[in-house]
Amino acid sequence: MAIIAFLVSAIKFGMVLLFGSTGETITEKAGHLNLGLPGVMCVGTAVGCAAEAFYFELAGGRAYMVYPLAILIPLIATLLGGALMGLIFSFFTVTLHANQNVTGLALTTFGIGISDFIIANVDDYKFTAGAKFFNMHLPFAKSLGWFGELFFSYGIMIYLSIAVAIVVAFVLKKTKVGLHLRAVGENPATADAAGINVTRYRYMATCIGCAIASLGGLVFIMDYLNGNWEYVIDAIGWLCVALVIFTTWKPVFGIFCSIVFGFFYVAAEYIPGIDLAAKELFKMLPYLVTIVVLVFTSIRNKKENQPPASLGLSYFREER
Amino acid sequence: MNTTVALELKNISKRFGTKYANKNVDLTLYRGEILAILGENGSGKTSMVNMIAGIYYPDEGEIFVDGAPAVITSPKDAFQYKIGMIHQHFKLVDVFSASENIVLGVREEGKFKLADIDERVAQIASKYGFQLDPKKKIHEMSVSEKQTVEILKVLYRGADILILDEPTAVLTPQEIEKLFLVLRRMRDDGKSIIIITHKMNEVMSISDRVAVLRRGEHIATVKTAETNEKELTEMMMGEKIDLNIKRTESTNVTDRLVVEHISSKNSDGVTVLDDISFVARSGEILGIAGIAGSGQRELLESIAGLYHLDSGSIVYHDPESGEAENLRDKTPLQITELGVRLSFVPEDRLGMGLVGNMDIVDNMMLRSYKKGNSFFLNRKTPHDLALELIDELNIITPDEYTPVRKLSGGNIQKVLVGREIAAAPSVFMAAYPVRGLDVNASYGIYNLLNKQKEDGVAVIFVGEDLDVLIDLCDRIMVIASGRVTGIVDARSTTKEEIGLLMTQSGEKGVDTNA
Repeated sequence: MAIIAFLVSAIKFGMVLLFGSTGETITEKAGHLNLGLPGVMCVGTAVGCAAEAFYFELAGGRAYMVYPLAILIPLIATLLGGALMGLIFSFFTVTLHANQNVTGLALTTFGIGISDFIIANVDDYKFTAGAKFFNMHLPFAKSLGWFGELFFSYGIMIYLSIAVAIVVAFVLKKTKVGLHLRAVGENPATADAAGINVTRYRYMATCIGCAIASLGGLVFIMDYLNGNWEYVIDAIGWLCVALVIFTTWKPVFGIFCSIVFGFFYVAAEYIPGIDLAAKELFKMLPYLVTIVVLVFTSIRNKKENQPPASLGLSYFREER
Repeated sequence: MNTTVALELKNISKRFGTKYANKNVDLTLYRGEILAILGENGSGKTSMVNMIAGIYYPDEGEIFVDGAPAVITSPKDAFQYKIGMIHQHFKLVDVFSASENIVLGVREEGKFKLADIDERVAQIASKYGFQLDPKKKIHEMSVSEKQTVEILKVLYRGADILILDEPTAVLTPQEIEKLFLVLRRMRDDGKSIIIITHKMNEVMSISDRVAVLRRGEHIATVKTAETNEKELTEMMMGEKIDLNIKRTESTNVTDRLVVEHISSKNSDGVTVLDDISFVARSGEILGIAGIAGSGQRELLESIAGLYHLDSGSIVYHDPESGEAENLRDKTPLQITELGVRLSFVPEDRLGMGLVGNMDIVDNMMLRSYKKGNSFFLNRKTPHDLALELIDELNIITPDEYTPVRKLSGGNIQKVLVGREIAAAPSVFMAAYPVRGLDVNASYGIYNLLNKQKEDGVAVIFVGEDLDVLIDLCDRIMVIASGRVTGIVDARSTTKEEIGLLMTQSGEKGVDTNA
């Protein structure tokens, strides 16, 4: 059943990306192009892992770690770590009027360094111990054959990823908060004139977006890699930035898109008889798909598929 | 007519720096009436209504709403007093539907459901006879539909006093007719409407009363039925002021630029240039007068090759070779090389002519960088030119390496005009060259233009101040809504004559009394 294993792996990896792209979508919908996403995810993940290690010590060893706490503690820590990075980004771009691209790239470099530093100070085995909780799936999954394998064999975070995407899509599309948020990203001057607090919306959207995106890194390490730290979270972050374009800023469509991305990214592992170099070529496919999507949406030029009109532009009321 | 006072301004003054935008203005607005506000450019119409709408705050004086003093410090406050303003430039989110734009920022109790809002918007629309699909996206709408959304936005918030800033400027005659119909219905519903317009026939057809402003002061408010266009124009223009600009006699006058029947539409499909024909002659200053946004900018840009034309021709007669060439098929660079120079000064004077962050020398080079064959830039010549201009035009600057954005408005203007003149043009176009300049700096520019005229250059000067136009120019062409309404001899014309031409919508205007 290599094909099932392949699909499961693709879906798992896709849901990792979905967290990142959903988070970045929220941020971008408010007009912030956060190129610091890779750094944000690195920091959030490292903080989450450190928290898991802390819980390991607090509980007194892996035998004493219990189910909801072993997930909740790193989850909350990751959310906080990501939000803090979002706060830094917002402070620079909204309050200090710094250029978003420069701030974002600086944040990426900064975030990678910080996460390396945190992980260097944490014993790997302590957070690795938490991986089994992230992996834990419904007991009857194995008894349902390929069906159970395909739909029920994932840890809780994978389902959470889909739930978050659906909730975010609902909030953006159907609620007043979402309407205001999109207005801020499309035309901040208009939003401001309508009495919407542009500064608050941009701060909130960036912090919440960064917090959600960070979960992607945590799931990648704790679930997808079974608790083994690998220095590739920043690469995942860039994939997520590309994925947002692929989804045309629609989180629910993003569920499908992220699986496609995951499919391409892990495909090389399951195709027999290709060498290491070819595998790396395969991993490029998601970016290729993004370029194709960009070309396609540019040619069709449908307003609904375009990025928020003031994406990447800072707003100062005095400048008209 | 109803005589309940809805809004009253008492002794309102507003200063920007030392200049009064409004001085001791009194104004009364009754329930259920349409009040037109009339005045030249810069007479303080917009700043006055902005104070009512909460965009500016008056320095002196009081505003009363329904007889009680009102403090309006923001558009939000204005809404509390049921005052809503429809701006000239729409504030709408393109990818949102009409309803989504209308409900934006409104705080209401209850569940947010777009379908309900669609319904309520449709209700308000049908009440006043608007035609609008609440679900339609803004980017799919015509200008008139967008304006409808802006008006509905204000009505949705329950406004009883509506202020419309030049609502007809962007509309076709048929759309204007429709708008007026709706405005009359709102008036009959008891709403009070303030409308700013430059077009005299619209004032006469839509308003119940007219308030005339001149140089920031309120001249009079009269009943529309008891006045006529001539009287209003006289009130609007006032006495002629003697400026003492010396006008030299033209010598050696020949046709330099012959513009024939040019027309153009902008990206919204609105006609901005409508069958314009005129001749610019060497040794003459041709003034262009008109309400702001009547097509002056597009006209000059089309001559410079920056604006596309749908039809017509622009023939240039080369003073040296004597050959005639049609500029319409030429690129801006080719046109510039022929000696046609455009010194265009939009509201943002650094926008088109100069690069703010570059110093005077480098800005000189923007015109000459293509010259010479060397791989390296030649900074010597522009440097000499910069020093020459600083010396000749008394440009006040620490040195020639100061970024131009750090200079004052007048000095920036001198750098721009000086550079264009230094290129020895044969046609020199200046749009609003004295905007924002003080008296002395303005006279400096007038003298430069006169000097060009004496040197046999055909000068085209777009101005705002009619007194200046009359004293400086040889002939004045008046345009209104993209059409030439008259070309007059500046030596014999009067402000009233030009004023009437400026506010004329001409024979194409539809009878809006329907």
